[in-house]
Amino acid sequence: MSPFGIFRKKGAKKAKRGDKSSDKLRSGLKKTRQKVGGGLRGVLFSHRKLDQELIEKIEEQLYIADVGPRSVTRFCGELQEAYRTGAIKDPIRVIEFLKEFIRKELDQWDTGLRLPREGVGVIMVAGVNGSGKTTTIAKLAKWLLDRDKSVLLAASDTFRAAAVQQLEIWARRVGADVVKNESADPAAVAFDAADKALARSYDVLIIDTAGRLHTRKNLMMELHKIRRVVASKIPGAPHETLMVLDATTGQNAISQAIQFNDSIELSGIVLAKLDGTAKGGAILAVKEQVDVPVKFIGVGEGADDLIPFEPEEFVRAMFD
Amino acid sequence: MFETVSNSLGSFFGKLRRKPKLTAQNIQDGLKEVRLALLEADVHYKVVKAFIRAVQEKALGEEVIRGVNPAQQIVKIVHDEIEALIGPVDTTAPMAGDGPTVLMLCGLQGSGKTTTCAKMARYLSENYKCRPLMAAADVQRPAAIDQLETLGRQIGVPVVSDRGASALKVAMQARLKAAKEGLGPVLLDTAGRLHIDDDMMKELRQIKNRVKPHQIYLVADAMTGQDAVTSALEFNRQIEFDGVILTKLDGDARGGAALSIKAVTGKPIKFVGLGEKLDRFEPFHPDRMADRILGMGDIVGLVEKAEQVIEEEDARRMEEKLRRASFDLEDFRKQILMLRRMGPLRDILGHLPFIGARLGDMEFDETQIGRIEAIISSMTSQERARPQIINAGRRQRIADGSGTDPVVVNQLLKQFKQMKKIMRKLGRGDMQSIADAMPPGFEQMSGQKFPG
Repeated sequence: MSPFGIFRKKGAKKAKRGDKSSDKLRSGLKKTRQKVGGGLRGVLFSHRKLDQELIEKIEEQLYIADVGPRSVTRFCGELQEAYRTGAIKDPIRVIEFLKEFIRKELDQWDTGLRLPREGVGVIMVAGVNGSGKTTTIAKLAKWLLDRDKSVLLAASDTFRAAAVQQLEIWARRVGADVVKNESADPAAVAFDAADKALARSYDVLIIDTAGRLHTRKNLMMELHKIRRVVASKIPGAPHETLMVLDATTGQNAISQAIQFNDSIELSGIVLAKLDGTAKGGAILAVKEQVDVPVKFIGVGEGADDLIPFEPEEFVRAMFD
Repeated sequence: MFETVSNSLGSFFGKLRRKPKLTAQNIQDGLKEVRLALLEADVHYKVVKAFIRAVQEKALGEEVIRGVNPAQQIVKIVHDEIEALIGPVDTTAPMAGDGPTVLMLCGLQGSGKTTTCAKMARYLSENYKCRPLMAAADVQRPAAIDQLETLGRQIGVPVVSDRGASALKVAMQARLKAAKEGLGPVLLDTAGRLHIDDDMMKELRQIKNRVKPHQIYLVADAMTGQDAVTSALEFNRQIEFDGVILTKLDGDARGGAALSIKAVTGKPIKFVGLGEKLDRFEPFHPDRMADRILGMGDIVGLVEKAEQVIEEEDARRMEEKLRRASFDLEDFRKQILMLRRMGPLRDILGHLPFIGARLGDMEFDETQIGRIEAIISSMTSQERARPQIINAGRRQRIADGSGTDPVVVNQLLKQFKQMKKIMRKLGRGDMQSIADAMPPGFEQMSGQKFPG
């Protein structure tokens, strides 16, 4: 079929754009820390030099954190190089070296939420089914309300049964307002919401969207349309386009990030469900291919369980 | 640019196809690629390790004996090992002799339990001539009950719910109602929970002890990474499930979690969820899954799908034309229509080995297909049969008729000619030379696109 030009090369566009808290992250990532760090530590003390066996152990720990083949290979390459040049002399220093190396890469990220000083700031939230969008939106609304912003939510998930009710219940809990309408067109809901946000001078409008697999082209076009409609109402909007990524996701995170970024130009990722035993290392694999910063992490089911992403803390939690 | 390891697996096997024999060295090299492919497919690190060791032994034992195509041999060994690991599987739903059968679904948040519950209810009522009942035992997530009730209405399956009651109580009520009204099986939709949440896991154990489900299914997201092992092990330790339902397989996740979960818990994957529509639910096919995890394409699936849609007679006639290379634009149009009946084209091409791997950074534009259809439909039957008669005047007329541009029409004609060349090879049954001929054509032409 290819001779008919129905394939198109696609490029992974880069997205670029930028509060603090740390106890919560650390407790949220405690299990992660114990597992990865604990395992590695034990290995390190039993090794005197950086031999093949030790490299393999380190590899294993990285793989188990979902870091993925490409990044694992690169990290281990760096490690061996550092050992060869004498930058690491003692295997005990391997963790420090890795931590430092990864932290430096993540430090380049602008992780702050970029909303305009004047007018309505718009945040669009997307992601695959079940990644945790609606819960994340509730937490994000709470986070903004706690910072004295007025928040309006657009119930643009018109597809999933009872998605609107779910958002409404959350909105009541955290004290945000919701716009919904009878239309099955998510863009129409977003349009109405933008209208209301402007008329009532809300500080922030957050748009919920239906979960969709990134491989569904027409559904990705629908997201693009929501984006366009909102931009036509509020110039510069959406100011933040966030993809919610389930921390238990493996290497498919790469494909998700690329496809969502291609369709709606992501400004950030929210790494949800980090309170389980998954380590969220897939964000390192994602970073190899599309550089979208992680801006928040979700660490529980409560309305307060969303905290800004801190590279330093994240890396420490992975290895300490 | 997104580049998957399966690309390199594809190209590795491409190279290997030309090697005359399987040697210790190319087994080694091959397995290195297989290892990366498995890790990229999210198979758990330790499972990969054990797996590679097993395959190596097997492959070495066969090494010098056969002179067959070594690529086929490695693919076959690897494929068979994976299939042996994840299969065979009994996908019949258990039906209790007396009283209602109870099936319980559990899993992490967002794995797809509620949707799966409705899909399974629909599947059972269609295939087992029964009258299922769903129980809204997810009393945690806001609006989960509303969601199940809405789905229940869509598929015409009753839902037992009791806002404010405990999950256990709802499950008991459902069981009672089913017994009284002769309904069943009862499908319990439970709240998503973390395997390390002691209170929530206790709730599941209580339901299990009191309601005594005949089968418990773990609902797992096909996109899950290495953590699939940790959560599955813990669910299995605490409530011992009987099987797994793998969801969201309609995406592009390779689904290595399937292999991991089976390997560590010994519990089979029984069903798969393939889309948002409620009829997208199927019994699990270990052979197809093996292809998918390897990134080698799902030939069996494609063939089965094609059989359902394409009339055998049509296919035979088409094949004959291909062989004689008398395939014209009219045939091409028919074929597009046939393909379209089979589902999204990307799905179909993804099924094919080697092409599947090459789809990597290509995007498939369905709208172009529509345009092609429009152009061909605007041609006269003579033009379709003998495209060489299309001159400037005819070209303009076709462009006007299809709402395109003469340049686009020209492109289509040129590309059709190229395609016929490939077809001729296909007609000779020379798969090898097609595979070899594909890459340049593929890449070169993929950059092209119809204007407008």
